[in-house]
Amino acid sequence: MGIKIGNAPFRDRVQEGIENDFMRGAVSSAQGRFRSGRLKAAEELGDWEDWRTLGEEIRSHTLQNLDFYLEQLSEQVSKRGGKVFFAQTAEEANEYIQNVVKKKEAKKIVKSKSMVTEEIGLNETLERAGAEVVETDLGEWILQMDEDPPSHIVTPALHKNKEQIRETFASKKGYKNSDLPEELATFAREQLRKEFLSADVGITGCNFAVAESGAVTFVTNEGNARLVTALPETQISVMGMERLVPTWEELDVMVSLLTRAAVGQKLTSYVTSITGTKQEDEVDGPEDYHLVIVDNGRSRILGTEFQSALHCIRCAACINVCPVYRHVGGHSYGSVYPGPIGAVLTPLLDGYEDHKDLPYASTLCAACTEACPVKIPLHEHLVRHREIIVEKEKKSPKSERMMMDGFAKWGSHPAAYKLSTKMARKALKPWTKDDVIQDGPGPLKGWTDVRDFPAPSEQTFRAWFKTRQKGGRS
Amino acid sequence: MSIQNRESFLNNVADQLGRKRRSKGVTRPQYSVEPQWRVFEGATQDELVDKLEDQCRVIHTHFKRSTMDTLTEVISQSIEENDGHAVVAADDQRNDEYGLTSFYENLHDEGVAFHLWDPSSGRENVHFAERADVGITFSDVTLAESGTVTLFNHQGNGRSISLLPRTYIAIIPKSTLVPRMSQAVRHIHKAHADGVDVSSCVSFITGPSNSADIEMNLIVGVHGPVKATYIVVEDM
Ligand code: SF4
Repeated sequence: MGIKIGNAPFRDRVQEGIENDFMRGAVSSAQGRFRSGRLKAAEELGDWEDWRTLGEEIRSHTLQNLDFYLEQLSEQVSKRGGKVFFAQTAEEANEYIQNVVKKKEAKKIVKSKSMVTEEIGLNETLERAGAEVVETDLGEWILQMDEDPPSHIVTPALHKNKEQIRETFASKKGYKNSDLPEELATFAREQLRKEFLSADVGITGCNFAVAESGAVTFVTNEGNARLVTALPETQISVMGMERLVPTWEELDVMVSLLTRAAVGQKLTSYVTSITGTKQEDEVDGPEDYHLVIVDNGRSRILGTEFQSALHCIRCAACINVCPVYRHVGGHSYGSVYPGPIGAVLTPLLDGYEDHKDLPYASTLCAACTEACPVKIPLHEHLVRHREIIVEKEKKSPKSERMMMDGFAKWGSHPAAYKLSTKMARKALKPWTKDDVIQDGPGPLKGWTDVRDFPAPSEQTFRAWFKTRQKGGRS
Repeated sequence: MSIQNRESFLNNVADQLGRKRRSKGVTRPQYSVEPQWRVFEGATQDELVDKLEDQCRVIHTHFKRSTMDTLTEVISQSIEENDGHAVVAADDQRNDEYGLTSFYENLHDEGVAFHLWDPSSGRENVHFAERADVGITFSDVTLAESGTVTLFNHQGNGRSISLLPRTYIAIIPKSTLVPRMSQAVRHIHKAHADGVDVSSCVSFITGPSNSADIEMNLIVGVHGPVKATYIVVEDM
């Protein structure tokens, strides 16, 4: 589906989110539980600020030396019998994977949850090539049956209730039991076991690759990534090029930060590191292993003031504390990446054009920055996005400029203003890679030329948000 | 060709970073803080066992203790509690030392189908594990803080043993306990530096599988094992 989800205007998506009562209740209670889990885990770990500092230092060192570590990683994977493909664009990645699948004459592919494969729209490519793709993460499996996009990066089916899930199982898979979560899960376990055992190819994402030895690590609770990597003969891991650590020692720190920040667990049930193909005499594990390393717009963020956005470890802590996300839900962002990190990253990966509302989907309360385990200054990035958008629009044709007045107003809201003076930004820094980013990677399916932004006379996001709050529905 | 498109890809990364390509000479910095080494610093082996026991409550895992003498009895009990009619176990050097080889052989007499992982019978191993009620392995390194057993999977310890059966039983020699993941990965890091290949699959397993994907209710037992039992053995 590509990074962009759907073509509905931002306003309509937000409206839909607001109108979905169950979704808002679910989001809000999930936020509360994730948040208290994270705080509890942080407290138990002790020295949380030290951990965050260490996390930031590791990410920053790794990104500064990305070419070195990627080269080391590829050498190691290749030494252990794996094939490595560097993909500049989504198309290149899709084409390579499609060729592997074709060569294997694969009929069935099992996948474990992966945001980067969503980002590049891999499933659609594979289905067009005639293969059946089965998502095996429980939440993703449910969504796949309903052809629904995910709304949260840790619990993707957050917007669905158990009655809806029961109905989906009944109509799509002949399920006959109750809507008890345990019974639903048991049914999914039985159904998906058959898929795992009969799949020709397994596809995963990658939480962290270890450069020194070529290990690719998956962090899960359900165990599906283990099944995907243990059973099919061919295995393909797809990683965003920034998702790696120098050595096993940094892996420990990053995994510890991820599981605590994401779900408040000391470790998830499974942290699994696989290296290349299975060794001689081993029975399970892949005979044929591929690692696909994806750029797809990421390199354009390197060397800019937004580089730290690439430090993200996709833990969703920023999403779980965001008051705007709480009200509008994940689908409103119209991107594979929702919440504050989505608002920062999506315009960088996909251009401002389709996503210029996103930097305004924030109250700049800085809760995201405070929650982030690797200390990404998310709200500062959002302020910079706004400055850039406003600045750009000044140079644009008059008709567009009028439309953009609305944004200028939002951008000059007292909170934003206070913040930018606080950060002592006297002048706008030159945005050197401006034009490149504006072009965007744009290889994305579902892309349209329609520009969707609210007309200036409309209620502003902030004003609207305030009314919602006063309305007391939270 | 086992590595494709690397040069142009990495040259571009270097360009964007605004410097020449780096192919060597990068070393890790001295990090300003290292909080990981302070967790359970100086704890004795017995204290670590207690921490593990506490953590087992959090991760929905049965915790048991045994001596070298009572181990087989405790395993036998655990199999029974979990309705184990078919059992698969790893072929581990420690099986003899812990008296498990003869114990496993005798399981047949008690009406329990038993299979010892054997690479020579290929995929049959996986099919047996798929049908088995219980899978048993030793833990190679055990993390007290998170309640995690670490397996360096190898030809005698297939990935499926701890994954496919409904119940997973881990035998944890007390000597394998360390405070947290940091000690386990330091071991791997050092071994790698000494030229030892890291195992093709390193599994850090923390209790049974679970999911919160349906209305945020915790469901224990999804794709992997539904139940887990840890047996700590006095081996020191
Ligand atoms: S930006 Fe930070 S808090 Fe948000 S998902 Fe990424 S790592 Fe987590």
